[in-house]
Amino acid sequence: MTSAALRSRAWKLLEMVTTPLLPSDYLDLVSPLRAGADLRGRIEAVHPETSDAATIVIRPGRGWRGHTAGQYVRIGVDVDGVRLWRAYSVTSPTNRQDGRVTITVKAIPDGKVSNHLVRRAKPGTLIQLDQATGDFVLPEAKPAKVLYLTAGSGITPVMGMLRDTEFNDVVMVHCAPQPQDVIFRNELHDLVADKKLQLTEVHTATDGMLDIARLDELVPDWAERETWACGPAGLLDAAEEHWSEYGMPERLHVERFRPSIVVAGDGGEVTFSVTGKTVDADGATPLLDVGEEAGVLMPSGCRMGICFGCVTPLKAGVVRDLRTGEITEAEPGVLIQTCVSAAAGPCDIER
Amino acid sequence: MTAIDPTAHLTAEQIEELGRELDAIRDEVIAGRGEKDAAYIRKVISAQRKLELVSRGVLLFSFFPPAWLVGTAGLSVAKIMDNMEIGHNVLHGQWDWMRDPKIHSTTWDWDHVSPADQWKHSHNELHHTYTNVLGKDNDLGYGIMRVDEDQKWHPFHLGQPLWNFINACFFEYGIAAYDLELGKNLNKRRRKDPEFRARAKAVGRKIRKQVLKDYVIHPLLSGPSFLPTLAATFTANLVRNVWTHSVIMCGHFPEGVQVFERRSIKGETRGQWYLRQMMGSANISGSKAMHFMTGNLSHQIEHHLFPDLPSNRYAEVAVKVRALFDKYELEYVTGPLPKQVFSAWRKVFRLSLPNKKPKGTTPAREQELVAA
Ligand code: FES
Repeated sequence: MTSAALRSRAWKLLEMVTTPLLPSDYLDLVSPLRAGADLRGRIEAVHPETSDAATIVIRPGRGWRGHTAGQYVRIGVDVDGVRLWRAYSVTSPTNRQDGRVTITVKAIPDGKVSNHLVRRAKPGTLIQLDQATGDFVLPEAKPAKVLYLTAGSGITPVMGMLRDTEFNDVVMVHCAPQPQDVIFRNELHDLVADKKLQLTEVHTATDGMLDIARLDELVPDWAERETWACGPAGLLDAAEEHWSEYGMPERLHVERFRPSIVVAGDGGEVTFSVTGKTVDADGATPLLDVGEEAGVLMPSGCRMGICFGCVTPLKAGVVRDLRTGEITEAEPGVLIQTCVSAAAGPCDIER
Repeated sequence: MTAIDPTAHLTAEQIEELGRELDAIRDEVIAGRGEKDAAYIRKVISAQRKLELVSRGVLLFSFFPPAWLVGTAGLSVAKIMDNMEIGHNVLHGQWDWMRDPKIHSTTWDWDHVSPADQWKHSHNELHHTYTNVLGKDNDLGYGIMRVDEDQKWHPFHLGQPLWNFINACFFEYGIAAYDLELGKNLNKRRRKDPEFRARAKAVGRKIRKQVLKDYVIHPLLSGPSFLPTLAATFTANLVRNVWTHSVIMCGHFPEGVQVFERRSIKGETRGQWYLRQMMGSANISGSKAMHFMTGNLSHQIEHHLFPDLPSNRYAEVAVKVRALFDKYELEYVTGPLPKQVFSAWRKVFRLSLPNKKPKGTTPAREQELVAA
């Protein structure tokens, strides 16, 4: 018997000892970051960067496979007892000696997770992790000239790149409302002092939004540069248009943080993605009824919100709890009770 | 069924108002759910696991009598925690709001021979929706007992104290059989039904796993303590069964709890539904430890009103609920465990004998909650 087979035998035996739990349920009590556990991380420190941004130092579990500069990681944080998942760019270099990774988070108004991380997260807290992912990364072959075009927290993936890989000729144009809002400002200025970076700060509070047409003046040779851009949708849209106009969209790499902001309304188009049905629903009819009406097989029980026999994954969109009026947005792992939830906008129910 | 409807003094408007007041209590708790509650359930789960681990560890040396005693006591408590404060409540979806896939009604499994999904159907759905409705809520007597003077007596009921005692000792098996609707499904035709067979198989699987774990593997691991460990796990299961059975009997059986007719729930409003939960449940009074060990089912009335609120909140909810009972002049049935258990058992004995048809109970609407 191979050692792998032997190990799986032993594991089976152990499962018989712990049933209905799994051996890992017990191991998690003592060693949540061990190899073989669900991937988690432990917050080890929180360093303020600006008045509303902070860098979170995370020790990832043993299963962490590392990242490539520019990638992001999804983390699951318990905020007021509720597990919420968000994606943040990794800001640490890939060769950090102590094996920690950092993310840098800017608190956005009403952002549940970002505010929690920046203002309340405590060292020692366990968080859930996914492996790093994303293709906003540098190419294998080093480009001769690089332009980083960033705004606000859009600097975070680029900082991961700057810290990771040195280039001979790097220009950065970064927008932030005021000097004190520039995340990593000291470090950027150190790089400038060491002649490793040419930096243009655009202070939008005084200079106004960056007009992409000004690029010619700020970075005259922009067209010769391989460009990585990250920031609000407006800036990225303008950049994509600009690069296309000059016929070189392939030289621009963009990273969008928030693809679409869901707006909660009354009712919307409901998709039952497994069955492949789409119907219009108002904001008052329980999704259970909507589904059944559409001929979708919906699990149900009490039909009054007490038995949890109808819980179903919400894949996309927003729903409203008909009892409390509370809005729930789709996130991986979010389940809703269809008998007391109505569409609050377009949504996708996994049925 | 009592001849007098204890809710007869309420008007339809009052009942709906009561419903709104209860909704407000519920909303308040939901709005206040948070980090503390999450920390609570995590702490309980981790304590349960550690206690079980340590107890099983101690039982490895159970040939030594003090070790046997300590290990058995610990394992009994661990099993009760798993069953009551954790299993029952997680499977109710009380902790689903945390969105933690490890503590979720759709993924949780308990150390119990009834598979979670089957139990959720018969308990969360049937029992909690149709609480105390004769013929709809089979928790009333589990189909083997007569629980109300209006139910037809049959010589079979003479044995019900005995059935109830046996059920108490092997309660988890009783529940599994009940969730399978074994009585009804064992006739020739239904036995073959593929859906029933699949469910029976699932029960079989759980029984096999649990028996293997409790009565083979752990005793074997104990080596020279094989027999004492076997006896210890058996005892722990027995203790857990008798305890949960007692607690659960206190929820709906004691004197003063109302039973309803099937037709009384036709077209029931939210307020009426709430009222039925209030009149159909009974509490157990006692210390914090008592509430904890009953999985907070000592707050059965509150649990039935709000089955999905986190159990650690029932104590504070109870104060407000009780005030409503007073306000609407309704009887809040509660008492210490021994008293409630005694009361429930007395009923079991009393109803094992035939009784005269209660006078004055014409098929009028005295049990209907439409009081106006
Ligand atoms: S059907 Fe019972 S909670 Fe939705």
